[in-house]
Amino acid sequence: MLRVSRRPKFVRYSALSVFLNGLSGNANWRPAWRTPQPKPHYDVVIVGGGGHGLATAYYLAKEFGVTNVAVVEKGYLGSGNVGRNTTIIRSNYLLDGNNPFYELSMKLWEGLEQDFNFNAMVSQRGVLNLYHSDAQRDAFTRRGNAMRLHGVDAELLDRDAVRRMLPFLDFDNARFPIQGGLLQPRGGTVRHDAVAWGYARGADMRGVDVIQECEVTGIRRENGDAVGVETSKGFIGCGKLALAAAGNSSRVAEMAGLRLPIESHVLQAFVSEGLKPFIDCVVTFGAGHFYVSQSDKGGLVFGGDLDGYNSYAQRGNLAAVEHVVEAGKAMIPALSRVRLLRSWGGVVDMSMDGSPIIDRTPVGNLYLNAGWCYGGFKATPASGFCFAHLIARNEPHPTTRQMRLDRFARGRVIDERGAGAQPNLH
Amino acid sequence: MASLVPCPHCGSRPKEEFTIKGAALRRPAPDAPADAWLRYVYERANPRGRHEEYWHHTSGCRRWLVVTRDTASHEIEACRDAALTSAGGRA
Amino acid sequence: MTSYRLASGGLVDRQSSLRFSFDGRSFAGYSGDSLASALLANGQRLAGRSFKYHRPRGILTAGAAEPNALVTVGRGGRTEPNTRATMQELYDGLEARSQNRWPSLGFDIGSLNGLLSPFLGAGFYYKTFMWPAHLWERLYEPFVRRAAGLGRATYEADPDTYEKCWAHCDLLVVGAGATGLAAALAAGRAGARVVLVDEHPIPGGGLLSDSATIDGIAAPDFARQAVAELATMPNVEVLVRTTAFGWYDDNVFGAVERVQKNIRQPSASAPVERLWRIVARRALLATGAEERPLVFGGNDRPGVMMASAARAYLNRYGVAFGRTAGVFTTNDAGYALARDLEAAGVDVAAVVDTRADTNFAWTGKARVIPGAFVSDALGGKSLSGIRVWKDGATETIAVDALAMSGGFNPVIHLACHRGGKPVWSDEHAAFLAPPRLKGLALAGAAAGRAGIAVCLEDGVAAAASILSELGFAARPAKLGEVAGDIVAGPTPPVWRVPGVTGKAFVDFQNDVTSKDIGLAVQEGYGHVELAKRYTTNGMATDQGKLSNVNAIGLLAEARGVSPAEIGTTTFRPFYTPVSFGALTGAAHGHHFQPARKSPLHGWAARHGARFVETGLWYRSSWFPRAGETTWRESVDREARNVRQNVGLCDVSMLGKIELCGADVAEFLNRVYCNAFAKLPVGKARYGLMLREDGMIFDDGTTSRIGESRFYMTTTTALAAGVMNHLEFCAQALWPELDVQLSSVTDEWAQMAVAGPKSRLVLQKIVDDDISNDAFPFLAAREVSLFGGQLHGRLFRISFSGELAYELAVPAGYGESVGDALMEAGQEHGIQPYGVEALTVLRIEKGHITHSEINGTVVPADLGLGRMVSSAKPDFIGKHMLSREGLTATDRPQLVGVEPLDPRTSFRSGAHILAKGAAATLENDQGYVTSSCFSPHVGSTIGLALVKRGAERHGEEILVWNGLRGEFTPGRLRDPVFLDPEGERLHA
Repeated sequence: MLRVSRRPKFVRYSALSVFLNGLSGNANWRPAWRTPQPKPHYDVVIVGGGGHGLATAYYLAKEFGVTNVAVVEKGYLGSGNVGRNTTIIRSNYLLDGNNPFYELSMKLWEGLEQDFNFNAMVSQRGVLNLYHSDAQRDAFTRRGNAMRLHGVDAELLDRDAVRRMLPFLDFDNARFPIQGGLLQPRGGTVRHDAVAWGYARGADMRGVDVIQECEVTGIRRENGDAVGVETSKGFIGCGKLALAAAGNSSRVAEMAGLRLPIESHVLQAFVSEGLKPFIDCVVTFGAGHFYVSQSDKGGLVFGGDLDGYNSYAQRGNLAAVEHVVEAGKAMIPALSRVRLLRSWGGVVDMSMDGSPIIDRTPVGNLYLNAGWCYGGFKATPASGFCFAHLIARNEPHPTTRQMRLDRFARGRVIDERGAGAQPNLH
Repeated sequence: MASLVPCPHCGSRPKEEFTIKGAALRRPAPDAPADAWLRYVYERANPRGRHEEYWHHTSGCRRWLVVTRDTASHEIEACRDAALTSAGGRA
Repeated sequence: MTSYRLASGGLVDRQSSLRFSFDGRSFAGYSGDSLASALLANGQRLAGRSFKYHRPRGILTAGAAEPNALVTVGRGGRTEPNTRATMQELYDGLEARSQNRWPSLGFDIGSLNGLLSPFLGAGFYYKTFMWPAHLWERLYEPFVRRAAGLGRATYEADPDTYEKCWAHCDLLVVGAGATGLAAALAAGRAGARVVLVDEHPIPGGGLLSDSATIDGIAAPDFARQAVAELATMPNVEVLVRTTAFGWYDDNVFGAVERVQKNIRQPSASAPVERLWRIVARRALLATGAEERPLVFGGNDRPGVMMASAARAYLNRYGVAFGRTAGVFTTNDAGYALARDLEAAGVDVAAVVDTRADTNFAWTGKARVIPGAFVSDALGGKSLSGIRVWKDGATETIAVDALAMSGGFNPVIHLACHRGGKPVWSDEHAAFLAPPRLKGLALAGAAAGRAGIAVCLEDGVAAAASILSELGFAARPAKLGEVAGDIVAGPTPPVWRVPGVTGKAFVDFQNDVTSKDIGLAVQEGYGHVELAKRYTTNGMATDQGKLSNVNAIGLLAEARGVSPAEIGTTTFRPFYTPVSFGALTGAAHGHHFQPARKSPLHGWAARHGARFVETGLWYRSSWFPRAGETTWRESVDREARNVRQNVGLCDVSMLGKIELCGADVAEFLNRVYCNAFAKLPVGKARYGLMLREDGMIFDDGTTSRIGESRFYMTTTTALAAGVMNHLEFCAQALWPELDVQLSSVTDEWAQMAVAGPKSRLVLQKIVDDDISNDAFPFLAAREVSLFGGQLHGRLFRISFSGELAYELAVPAGYGESVGDALMEAGQEHGIQPYGVEALTVLRIEKGHITHSEINGTVVPADLGLGRMVSSAKPDFIGKHMLSREGLTATDRPQLVGVEPLDPRTSFRSGAHILAKGAAATLENDQGYVTSSCFSPHVGSTIGLALVKRGAERHGEEILVWNGLRGEFTPGRLRDPVFLDPEGERLHA
C-alpha cells in the first residue's frame, strides 16, 4: 500500500499548479500554513506575526538552520503595519548607519518572490522625491551621492526631466514650483499583505509554528534572563525571545522591565477609488506631506504626515486627512475630482532619532527589533534577515552595527533628518 | 480629543491650532546624574492609556498646556496651563 | 428603445424634460430623476462591466451602495470617474460614459476572462506570474494594470472651487427618513440647535419610495410637510445632498455637501462641494438599513435588482424595472414590492419566498412559492428567466426582471469609525452598532427596527432621551397613524442558496463569488480580515456595503460557527468616497500655503528683484540690471559692490522676538549655550541655541535695548520654531522667571547696510553719531532718523564681514526708508543685493546658516566650541554634550574647500573623498554644505563638514559628485576665505 504523503499535492505555486488546480475545481489547494497549538518550548519565540516577525522566522529557518521556532501573534497574520502601509520600497537613505541596511533590503526584495515562492508583486516602478528649492536640491544631492557611494541607483532630475516623466504635476501654477527631483529607479511598490503571507507560508513549510490569536501577556525571567512568554494560550518557554512588535514595542518591552526610546504614533494612509493607470511611479511631494503610487488594482495609495500625538488607536483625525489631501492636490491639481475611498491608521514605533533598533537588550536572551517609524515595510526582508542573524549568531549583521539600543546614551544617534529627540518630527 | 482641545484660556479649539511636543516630563535638576538626563531626553514610558503631554496653542493664546489624554481612546481628561502645573517647573 | 416610464406616479416633474447622453447616445429624462432612473426609464439596463471578468452589469440599487452602475460624467477638468448613476442627479446636458470596457459596453473583449475563471480564483495572482522574474514589471503587471481600474481620471485641472466650514450643534441627525425627520422635528421644537443631513437631494429617505400613508397623507407628502416645518425653525439647519462620511474624536463629523453637482455649468460664485466639520454635542444616526442581496447563480445579471431599489424606481421615479418581474425574498419586503408593482400594472410572475412557513397574507395575483429559492438567474446581457429550486426540484419561470431581498443590514458605518466593534444579533439577524457609544445613538432601521410607525416613534424617543440629557424640555409629540405599511421584520438569514449552478456573486464590483470565499477558508485565510484581503471582498468602491455581511455569513457557514464569532472587518471613513477637491477647499494652487511678503517687498520689486520662495516668504534673490544675461553676473556685481562700496539687503524675514522682564538676561543665559547674563545695555551679541540633545538648534544675535528689554533675531527658517521653544522654556520650564515674549517679525522692516561706505550712507539719515568710537562693532541702540521724524533700531553687526549695520524701522516705514537709503547712497554707489549675494558674502567669511546647522552638529563641529560656557550650571543642551559620540575625534568639522584648479568647480551636496581613495561609503569623509563662485577669490569656494576637518587644512581631496559625474580635485582649508583677522569689520 502506498504511503499517503503528508505533503500537499501542489505545494509549489506556479502557473502549472494554478492550471491543474483550476481543472479540478480548485478543490485541492491546501492551507497556506498550519494552525498549530503552541508547544511547551521552542529554541526561539518571536513576538509579533507581522512582516518583520514572520521574515525573521523565515530566515532563521532557511538561512540559519533554526527551525524550532514559534511566531506568536495577538491578532491575525499581518494584522499590524505590514497590512497598513503605503507599500513603498526604496533604499534612498543618507547615513551610513541606514543606507547599507536598506540596500540589503532592496536586494532581498529583488529576489524575494522566487525565494519564497509567492507573488508579492514586487514592482520596481521608481521612487521620485521632488525638490522645490536650492536647499532641497542640495540636500538631495548629498543624499544621492551617499547612495551612489554605496552603489545604490540615484539620479538627479531637473525640472524638464520631471515634466517629461510626470507632465501632470503642477508646474505652472504652484505655490512652490517644482525644480526637479531625486529618482531611485529601483524603488517601487510591493503588495503588502502578500509579504506577510509569503513569509508565513515559507516559514511554516520549514517547520516554524505560526500561532495566531495568541496574545503575549507577560515575559518570564529567571536570573535576569528571559525564559518564555505568558500568553493567552498558556506559557511558552524559549531559549531566546525576540520582540518584533513595532507599534507596541514599548508595551512588550515593559513586560521585561525595559523602557525604550520610542513613542507610539498614529500614521494614516489612504486609497482612492480604482482608476485606469494614472501614475506609474511613486512620487513624493517636497513642499508638503504627500506621497502617492497606484496599486495594480487601480487605487491611488497615498499618505502623509503623522497625526502628531501619541496613539495606540489605529485611527486618526480629519485635520491630518485634510493636510495630506491639500498637499496632494497642490502636487497634482487633477486629483481634485478623484475621490478618496478609505482611510486607515497604523500605530508606528517612532524612535527618538527616526531610525530603527536591532539589538540585544540588557535582559539576557531578549532580542529587540523596534523603532521602525514609518519606514518598516521597505525594511521587512533585511530586518528579518539581520534579526535572524543576530539571534542565531549572537552578533549583529554588518549592516545593523549602528542600530544599537545604547546609541542614545553614547551620543551615536542615526538622525537622517537632524530633527533631534522629538519623535513626531522625524 | 485629537479633534478638539479644551484650552483653559480659549475654550474648545480645533487640533490644527496646536503644536504637540510630547510627554510632559519634569526637567532634571542641573546637577542631576547623566542617566537622569538620558531618561529625560530619550526614554519614554509610552503608555497605552493615560498620558500627560505638552501641547502648545500656537495659533491661539500661545500658551503651553499640559494635556492629560488617553492614548487609546483619545479622550482628554484635563488640560491645564503648563506654568500652573508641577510637571515642567522645577519644584 | 421602449420606455419603462409609467404613465403616472413618482416624484419626478414630468413637465420638465432633460436631455442627457450615455456612451454618446442621447436620451431624455425628467427633473427629479437620477441618472440611473432615467437610464432604466429608457430601457438601458446594461450600465457597466465588472472588474475581473468584465461581466455585463445593470443597476442594482437606488442609492449609495451601488456597486455596478459606475459611470464617468462630465468632460475636461470636470471629468468624474466612478460616479454612481444611482446618486447622480439628472441635469440637462449631462454626459455619462460607461467604464472598464473595450471596445464597447455591449461587446467587451475583457469578458473572455470569464472563460478563464477556473484559473482566476481568489488570490490566483499570488501563485503565478513569478517566472521569469523580470517579466513581472515588463509583461504581466502592465497587462494587469490596464485590465484593472475602473474609470479614467482626467489630467486637467479642475476649474471649479471648493470651500470648508464648521458647524456647531446640540444634535446632529444623520439621515432624513422617517426616523431622522421625527427626531429633528422633536429636537427642533424643543429649541435645540439641530443639523439634519441627508445624502439625497430630497429629504424623506424610504418615505419617498413608500406607498404607505401617515394620517392619511402619502408618505412622500408627509416628509415634505415635516421638512417645511423644519424650514421655519431658525435653530434647525437641513443640509441635503450632504453625506456625513466620518465620525472623528470629540464628536466631530466630517460631511460633504454637493452644492453644484446637479448642474452642467456650475456658477463661479459658489463652490461645487463644501466640506463641513460638524461639532455635535450629540449625534443620532437615522441612517436606515441596507438590503442584503441573495447569493445565487447569475445574481449579477442585468435585470436583477434589490427589492427596495425596484420599489424606489417604481414609487419615487415612476419607472418599472421590468415588464414581467420575479421576486426572491427571505422576508416581507418582497411582498411590499410585489403589491406596489401589481398596483402599477406590472406583471409579477412569482414571489419566491425562502420561508416554507411564510404566513404573509398575500392577496395579489402573483404566484407565491414558499420554501423555494432562485438558484440561477438566466440570460445573457439581460435577464430572461429564473430557475426556481424547491425541495430539490427546479422549474424555470420566464421573467425579465428579478427583485431580491435577503433581509436588512442596519447602516452602522459611522458608529464604528472610532474603534467600536459591531455586535451580531441573532434576534435582528444582523450586525448592530457597538454598545455604549459616547455622544452617539442610533434609531429606527439603523438600530435594527422596522416599519414606518416604529421608526417615527423611535426617532421621537431617541430625540427625547438626548434632549433630556442636554437639558432641553421635549414637548409631547403626536405620532401619525400609519396605514398600508408592509413591515419587513427580521427573518432568518439565507447565506447559501441551494441548487446553484452559475457564478454566485458576493461582491459584485470585485467579482468575488461564494466559491472564492470557500477557497479562502480552504487555504487558511478564514479570518474575516484575511478573507477580505485574499479575495478582495468588500474592497471595492462600495466598501462592502452589500457584500460584507454575506461574506461573513458564508465564512461562518464554512467554518461552522456563528457570524458573531466571525465578526466584521473594520469600518473606516469614508462612508462614501469624498473628493480631493472637497477635502482641499480653497487651499490649492497659489493658495496652497499663505504667502509672506516683507515690508520691503514693493521696494525690492521696484528695483527689479527676482523673488524666490523661502519657506512661506518671497525673498529677493538678486537684482538684475540691463545687459546682465545670467544670474551669476548680477550676483557677482552685487557681492563685489558690497566689498567695494555699499549694498542694501532686505533682512526683514529674520525672526524677531522682543523679550521683556526682570529676568530676561538670566533666561537668555539658559537658552543660549554662551554667556548672556552680563550683556550690557546697548550691545548686541551673537548666540548659539542648542537643543536638549546638545545639537545646535539656531543662531542669531540678541541685543540689549534696555535694562529689561531685549531684541532677538533668529534665522528665517526657524523663526517660528525658536519662538515656540522660548515660550516653552518660559512657560513650562521656568515659569518663575519674569520674562515676556512677543514675536515682532512683522512689526519691523530690517535692512542690512553693508560695505566700507555704509557708515557714510547711514550717517546721512541717522541723527545720532555713528562714528566708530560712538557706535563701535556690536553696538545696538535706538536711533533717531531724519531729524527726529522717525525712530529705529540700529545694530552694528555684519554677516558679510564688512563694516555693516542692520537698521530696523517700523514696518510701515520700510519702503520709504529703503528709498531714502538708496538716495543717500547714490553718491557712494549703493546697490540693492539679494539673498544670493548675501550667501556669497557669508561663505567667503565662513559664516554658517542652516546648511551647516543641519541638526546633527554640536558647536565644536563648527569651530564654535569655545562659545560653550563651562561656567554656567545649566543651559538647554548642556547635559547631553559630554556624551562620547559628541566629543569623539572623528566627528565632522567645518572646513573650507577650494578647487585645485580655479577654473574647475563643484557643488553643494558633493561628498569629500581622500585623495586616491576608492569611492565607497566607507571612505566617505564628509560633504560640501555650501558653495558659490567667489568673485573675490576668483573661483568656486565651499564650506564642508569633514571628518577631523580642523586638522586637515591643506590636504588635497576629491570633491566627488557621482550623481552629476563631476569629480573635482580640491583642497581643504580654513573656512574663512577673506579677511581672517576681521579688520574690515572694525573699520
